[in-house]
Amino acid sequence: MMSNTLLDIKNLRLSFFTPAGEVKALNDVSISMQEGDVLGIVGESGSGKSVTAYSIMGLTAHPGKIIGGTIDFNGHRINEMSEKQMRKIRGKEVSMIFQDPMTSLNPVYTIGNQIREVIYLHTDLDKQQAYDRSVELLNLVGINDPEKRLKQYPHELSGGMRQRVMIAIALACEPKLLIADEPTTALDVTIQAQIIELMMELKRKINMSIIMITHDLGIVASMCTNIVVMYAGKVVEAGSIDEIFYNPKHEYTKGLLRSIPNIDSPSHERLIPIEGSPVDMLNPPVGCPFAPRCDKCMKICLKRMPEYTKISDTHKSACWMLQKEELERSKGVMK
Amino acid sequence: MSRYIIKRVISAIITLFLVATLTFFLMYLVPGGPFLAEKAPSPQTMKALEEKYGLDQPVGVQYTNYMKRLLKGDLGTSLKMRGQEVNHIIKTRFPISAKLGLCAVILAVSVGLPIGSFAALKRGKFLDRLIMFFSTLGMAVPGFVVATVLMYFFGVKLRVLPTFGLTSPLHYILPVIALAFYPTAYISRLMRSSMLDIIGQDYMRTAKAKGVSQFKSLFKHALRNAILPVVTYLGPMLASILTGSFIVEKVFTIPGLGNQFIGSITDRDYPLIMGTTIFLAFLLITMNVLVDIAYKIIDPRIKME
Repeated sequence: MMSNTLLDIKNLRLSFFTPAGEVKALNDVSISMQEGDVLGIVGESGSGKSVTAYSIMGLTAHPGKIIGGTIDFNGHRINEMSEKQMRKIRGKEVSMIFQDPMTSLNPVYTIGNQIREVIYLHTDLDKQQAYDRSVELLNLVGINDPEKRLKQYPHELSGGMRQRVMIAIALACEPKLLIADEPTTALDVTIQAQIIELMMELKRKINMSIIMITHDLGIVASMCTNIVVMYAGKVVEAGSIDEIFYNPKHEYTKGLLRSIPNIDSPSHERLIPIEGSPVDMLNPPVGCPFAPRCDKCMKICLKRMPEYTKISDTHKSACWMLQKEELERSKGVMK
Repeated sequence: MSRYIIKRVISAIITLFLVATLTFFLMYLVPGGPFLAEKAPSPQTMKALEEKYGLDQPVGVQYTNYMKRLLKGDLGTSLKMRGQEVNHIIKTRFPISAKLGLCAVILAVSVGLPIGSFAALKRGKFLDRLIMFFSTLGMAVPGFVVATVLMYFFGVKLRVLPTFGLTSPLHYILPVIALAFYPTAYISRLMRSSMLDIIGQDYMRTAKAKGVSQFKSLFKHALRNAILPVVTYLGPMLASILTGSFIVEKVFTIPGLGNQFIGSITDRDYPLIMGTTIFLAFLLITMNVLVDIAYKIIDPRIKME
């Protein structure tokens, strides 16, 4: 069965206009995802993964500005919608949970108040129904004694609990898409696993899609169906989970995978880092942004940005090595 | 909560006791006396007066006598306004200052909060700079200048508003504006900086991601958090503004407590100095307790211990 395209970002260009100059945070980013997918966006800090996700919500606050490309989500052309129209979608069709649950809830309102707020905004439920729905939601995200919790304030709950509350708020209106911006980074490891498990369970229950923004490849491996690897505001490689993990094509992806600790390797073995430091986004290089850190850097890499090479229907990567291979292959065919 | 109140009451009593003691002895260190006028009275008259009011006794004895009466709530008799009891003076003068002060506080809060928040929203834009310019001005210009300038324009030049006394509601306008000038400027600055801090908080982003409109997220999510520093300032500000401003009352000839307070010091009217100081201290303590309670109501994270 052919599934429907839920999200289609095409050639998105977004810049931050800072006093120091224009920062091209997103440069020709194209991402598409099908209904039911769990898409992982990975990349280091400043690679543009969060900005991409925020732009789907229409949350590209000043001084960020979309300067080109389109975002289509669930039948809406997001980049052409007014703030008022966007408000109706946020929290209803697309929801978001954030990195730090300790600060993401308003400290001066009860949990119940903050859950009901989103219910009142997007549904016609009355007070009693909204209350019942809140209790149901807290049960859903595995918080016991929900009646008591609804009356409590965020500071009375642990970090893991608060993230569950955030998830409850995000799911209140059964969105098509849940964007999770490093939802487990601020939590300890056991709680991380619980939250991931909870998200996967809820995904099955209410049939939503998830975008998981993270730099933790372990999380990606455990829950995603597709992966987008971003570097310096560009998508450098995208593919299904198997394609990326077992057949990485881009040197950056390979580097990322090499830097994961392996449980079977001897304990004295060092991790392999990616040498060098991320690009200065104010003065991005003309060629491939990863070229200065790449082991296999060629002359052309420093001069021009490579086109995408299609490896399969779902797998693409932008690297001159692949372009070279393809060229040689086609030459071989010609001979 | 009840434990908290008991604790606060005990500490208030101790504070008041210390304030009374300190003021009493400081007062006696200041040279001069209540009966010295331009034309000094004869030594005999002076002696008789001092005997009458017990000022001839050693300071220690005077102190214990005063404290004994204070315990009964008796603040003594004024030395300058013969025969008038200090309790009576405070009782009649305080409401005048308080009414004026309350109007000024309401004005300061209802203008300062919105323009401060607005400046924060328009950060760096022209309107923000304009508001900040005026609030800096409001804090820098001394009260007597404000009062005189207001009086000059509206009272003398335009002749639209009365310039002295408090006989009609119209009479309140100029002194209230003069009184509210500084606190308005201060509150708007406080509000701007705390609003800027709150707007950047993660929960504001959450509110936006939920689909809350900007207006509502400001009112519901930001205001309650941002108002805390203003509430802190409001406590001591209320106490000082309710007891009246010497300058404003002097300029607009208002028979309030602020006028009386400064007058009592220059007159060395010992019982009146004591009375007004203790009253101000009492008001200050009360306001601070109220602020703490308000804090608890606004921010549930604060514990009353």
